[in-house]
Amino acid sequence: MWRDAVLVAAKDLRIEARAKVALNQVVPYALVVLLLFGFAFDQDRPLLVQAAPGLFWLAVLFSGLLAAQRSFSIEASDAAIDGLRLSGLEPAGIFLGKAVAVGAQLVALEVLLTGGIVVLFHTELTGAGLLVASALLSTAGVAAAGVAYGALSMGLRVRETLLPLLLAPVLAPVVLAATEAWRAALRLSTGDGWRWLGLLGCFAAIYLAGGVLSFGALMEGT
Amino acid sequence: MVLSVRLRSAVALAGRYPLLAGADLDVRTGEIVVLRGANGAGKTSALRVMAGLLPLAAGQASVLGLDPMADARALRRRVGLLGHRNGLYDDLSAEENVYFAVRAARLPKQAVPSALERLGLREGLRTLPTGRLSAGQRRRVALAVLLARRPELWLLDEPYAGLDAEHRELLDKLLREVTEAGATVVLATHEDRTAEVLAGRVVIMAAGSVVDGLLPDEATGLPSRAADVAQPGACRASLEAPFVA
Repeated sequence: MWRDAVLVAAKDLRIEARAKVALNQVVPYALVVLLLFGFAFDQDRPLLVQAAPGLFWLAVLFSGLLAAQRSFSIEASDAAIDGLRLSGLEPAGIFLGKAVAVGAQLVALEVLLTGGIVVLFHTELTGAGLLVASALLSTAGVAAAGVAYGALSMGLRVRETLLPLLLAPVLAPVVLAATEAWRAALRLSTGDGWRWLGLLGCFAAIYLAGGVLSFGALMEGT
Repeated sequence: MVLSVRLRSAVALAGRYPLLAGADLDVRTGEIVVLRGANGAGKTSALRVMAGLLPLAAGQASVLGLDPMADARALRRRVGLLGHRNGLYDDLSAEENVYFAVRAARLPKQAVPSALERLGLREGLRTLPTGRLSAGQRRRVALAVLLARRPELWLLDEPYAGLDAEHRELLDKLLREVTEAGATVVLATHEDRTAEVLAGRVVIMAAGSVVDGLLPDEATGLPSRAADVAQPGACRASLEAPFVA
């Protein structure tokens, strides 16, 4: 399974490196979303600082939807999904490989967006350990759910519009917990960020386990 | 005689629409079978059933001695399918596409250059993204993927599409070689020349059934349905079976 995951992740990341869809479309989109949030709250700088973690994770959520959609559009474009089903690869390995590839792109995006909230929202970065740990667990949750639901919607003609509708409610708890963990790390709230981190860990574990167990059946439905 | 494929009263549906309507088919190991028939006759569906990609709603299927649905994963490793589309990643080169397929099948990467060479994909073409290749070149890359995977059963849907005369001959030769080496080939094509050139057995399909070209009963040792299939009512009876059940 792990060998298959490495093979699929390397393939997907190589395709992204060539196509540069993440670099040319997803990153600018996420930065524009942050900028628009900035315009919306421009008159209220303290509120903008308070809201920065939530806006950051909303931008990550929107970008995660695009990345998940992209992960399966490369399989659909020339019926490559049939080749994947005939390849002999473990479905769990395919799932993990795709999740790792989506997650790696999201981590790179989060680094850029962190710079964005520092510059645009004047956020002071504190609590680096909690920031990084919660970002990694949130990314794992977003990537795992994105890939599982991407496979689920792949065989449908209306997948481009259906995927956000299916995925956004599933990821709402992740966005909420990640926002609270970041608010605690950035000292914008007095809550215990490490408890939110535990919750993020639970979500990531559930989505990863669910994907590993169900991905074979989801692929058969495509 | 060993059979690689045996379909009996095979019914496959898309919703309530019958893709296969009680098809019977036997393919001997090492044989080349050419599926012929009008558009919508069920050729592509038959190939997808044999690959374990399309489930049967009724009837029986045995491919390489396995049940295509119950043993789908074990079967798929041993089958190669070239569909209407090539199944390639546009942003990967020919070499990378074949490499991925070979590694996924747990085969040594030494199979990659020889397969590309065999399909006439020389140095310059191998490193270009396949999205920038012509239709015929992309078809050859897809065939190189199949060749490198060394399947026991080759399922080809219009494999000559986009190929020029030189590469059609090359494909003919390749198919003869793989069958001589023990593989079995089932291909669907509208081309008249194919069966004669490949010395293959022609099987005619219409309305989701095989209407001509079945093996004689004494050859398969299995109960004949050829006479039934020729009767218009037989298709209807086969179609009704899953709904009645």
